[in-house]
Amino acid sequence: MTEPTQPVGMIGANPSFFDLIRSSRPEALPMIDATAADLRLPHGTTVLGLKFAEGVVMAGDRRATSGNLVADAKIRKVFAADDRSAIAIAGAAGQAGEIVKLFQLELEHYEKITGDRLSLEGKANRLAQMIRGNLPAAMQGLVVVPLFGGFDERRGEGRIFYYDATGGRWEEDDYQTTGSGGLPAKNSLKKRWRLGLDRTTAIRIAAEALIDASEDDTATGGPDATRRIFPNVVVITADGAHDAPETEVAAAVEAVWGERSA
Amino acid sequence: MSFMPYVPPEQLMKDRSEFAHKGIARGKSVIGLEYAGGILFIAENPSATLHKISEIYDRIAFAGVGKYSEFEDLRISGIRLADLRGYSYGREDVRARDLANAYSQALATIFTQQMKPYEVEILVAEVAEDGGHDEIYHVLFDGTVTDEHGYVAIGGHAEELTDAVKAAYQSGWDLSTAVRESAKALSTAEGREVEADALEAGVLDSARAARRKFRRLSEDEVAGLLTG
Repeated sequence: MTEPTQPVGMIGANPSFFDLIRSSRPEALPMIDATAADLRLPHGTTVLGLKFAEGVVMAGDRRATSGNLVADAKIRKVFAADDRSAIAIAGAAGQAGEIVKLFQLELEHYEKITGDRLSLEGKANRLAQMIRGNLPAAMQGLVVVPLFGGFDERRGEGRIFYYDATGGRWEEDDYQTTGSGGLPAKNSLKKRWRLGLDRTTAIRIAAEALIDASEDDTATGGPDATRRIFPNVVVITADGAHDAPETEVAAAVEAVWGERSA
Repeated sequence: MSFMPYVPPEQLMKDRSEFAHKGIARGKSVIGLEYAGGILFIAENPSATLHKISEIYDRIAFAGVGKYSEFEDLRISGIRLADLRGYSYGREDVRARDLANAYSQALATIFTQQMKPYEVEILVAEVAEDGGHDEIYHVLFDGTVTDEHGYVAIGGHAEELTDAVKAAYQSGWDLSTAVRESAKALSTAEGREVEADALEAGVLDSARAARRKFRRLSEDEVAGLLTG
């Protein structure tokens, strides 16, 4: 059977899907180095992650912009990466979507080949390497900056990592935001976040931070009750990584609106 | 320059075939069968970690008998093929039939061109989407592929095992009956009691809500199904 080329002396099956596709079908990779900065490509904006008592909540607004236009009002920026982690991406939407897809496959492929799930630390490192691979595109303006959150089964706690365009990776103790509306969202979380929040409160302050971001940043879309557009929220606990139901997110948004109109 | 003595192709193929058969006959067996909720793979496996049965893709599972290193090589190649295809095209474009064909081609090439043939037999199964037909393919060491219906047994005691399963098999078994009858058939074929903790089992569970239908049955679950 054909093996991807490996240096002489290396043994064992390479469990990386990223390496496999790079060696066998490089043209299918989302990594591009053409001058794409002048193309008006859609960009996704504010995403955030915060710890709560049982794990991590990750949330993102739904707007993608292309210059001054709204390219998509219902884009998705937060995805379960596997059943114990999630990735939230701000930046060039096309690149971001491809990197998420590749990252999800990377984790699944590893699990199938080796029979074990990667450790959370291993997943976070792998994502850093993939973001670094996107650096040539980032230099051309196609910056992709993710947040990665997951439940660390070995430590029994939720953890959050954030990245810059060069693949630099830092672990965050409590909460983190990224994207064009990241600053107002972070200021909002700074006032509201407390250690050991319950799930309902965690989702409510995530919604509040996104509402604050949408008020200060034109590229971030606020929730829209008329068209039923609410933030994407993924909750990761020991029980898995699941989308928070729309009704739960809508209730959180309405609670924030209620507080503000009173 | 050295001269190879002339060996008639018939003799060559026969020798290789006998060699592979002997290798497989030394090993354990696997049963694959359709039950009401999907497809069950079950085997006697003294190791809890070196698997004979595993997941390939969303609806596709793999089972191998014979030489571990060789069917492990095939398993990994299958996962690579499936993941590459699913990434390049779409997830629903990854089909067991394509995989079985790829395995058949690879094994046929190895059988005729390598120093020695692989001493393996494998099963590739795909559980149907609603209303479709389950598929189970059986690929031999020389690349022969057969399309199996209902049940199939491969490995060391394949003939005895097939007879034992055939005598009991009814379509529409629930999982518990399928596991219990398979365990009985394995014991009959081996001529001794196969202990519950030596059973390895995995299912393609069509009722599973997740995209990935494969599920390994834990030791406790197997024990529970055997008594229930």
